Amino acid sequence: MAKVLVVTSGKGGVGKTTSTAALGAALAQTGQNVVVVDFDVGLRNLDLVMGAERRVVFDLINVIQGDAKLSQALIRDKRIETLSILPASQTRDKDALTAEGVAKVMQELREKFDWVICDSPAGIERGAQLAMYHADYAVVVTNPEVSSVRDSDRIIGMLDSTTERAKAGGKIEKYLLLTRYDPARAARGEMLRIEDVLEILSIPLLGIIPESEEVLRASNLGAPVTISSPDSPPARAYAEAARRLEGEKLEVTVPTERKGLFARLFKGRG
Amino acid sequence: MSLFSSFFGRGNKTSAPVARDRLQILLAHERTGDGTESDLLSKLHAEILQVIKKHIPVDQDKVQVKLDRGNSVSMLEIDIEVPQLKSSDRP
Repeated sequence: MAKVLVVTSGKGGVGKTTSTAALGAALAQTGQNVVVVDFDVGLRNLDLVMGAERRVVFDLINVIQGDAKLSQALIRDKRIETLSILPASQTRDKDALTAEGVAKVMQELREKFDWVICDSPAGIERGAQLAMYHADYAVVVTNPEVSSVRDSDRIIGMLDSTTERAKAGGKIEKYLLLTRYDPARAARGEMLRIEDVLEILSIPLLGIIPESEEVLRASNLGAPVTISSPDSPPARAYAEAARRLEGEKLEVTVPTERKGLFARLFKGRG
Repeated sequence: MSLFSSFFGRGNKTSAPVARDRLQILLAHERTGDGTESDLLSKLHAEILQVIKKHIPVDQDKVQVKLDRGNSVSMLEIDIEVPQLKSSDRP
């Protein structure tokens, strides 16, 4: 049975697209059949982060409007064969994304894949609502920063009220993914504490992704960070988050300050 | 990927030139107009199919369209699975 997961946040720039790509790749690396779907109509970027931007022929809107078959719009990743991407359209017409159209495409995707991962646009409007509507799971991407936490709270409220599952009296499984976590600033007490964010939002923690230059490098290269630098701290954190999504019970690693050899030697003498 | 970017792309600190090359290619295509390129592609796709359908039955599901946008040329690849023909199949 396919699982539909929405990656959402309310606030922009917190790492939804990066996280969609990294989690999608991490799940596919374990052999699962995964599709990542870009719901940001008009401002697609998942194709760019995945390195598939030169290969887009058809998109989600083409499929919804019947101009292309789903199989023609899906782009198979060149590095992981169980990973595909369904790009968003660049059209300015936001109404092109219809509720019925999305429902039909999601049904077809459920039949083809183990995981359908929907990259939500920022905001709380139509696009964001359609991205979350069919979800069984939600990953709420949050930065340890006041406005991001507030927007996440808003989104959690929507997940519990305006989704298909919620309307049927059920619940979506919601997880918090804390991104751009800076261990150095956390150690100095300059950042919201993890426990505080968890207490405020009160949903289970899926993982903590440290702020890292590897994430920027990955998007420069057009490869999810779990592919471009699989041994880096953010990639490991994403890989662990993916394993938790698959039901493994793993303790969440809190990233610590990475000290250089020099600093460690220095500390050892002190 | 150009030789330049594939050579430097593997290094740890030099992903920026790859990012610049990718953006230049992408934006050059996107700036040619609002969706005109994808319109052209779907037109080409539809018309090529019509021509082929005149001669043989084609299953929409057996058609794969692939694209690779390059710096100066793009490659449009249309794979059509042609069934084994009997003389009676010809329209």
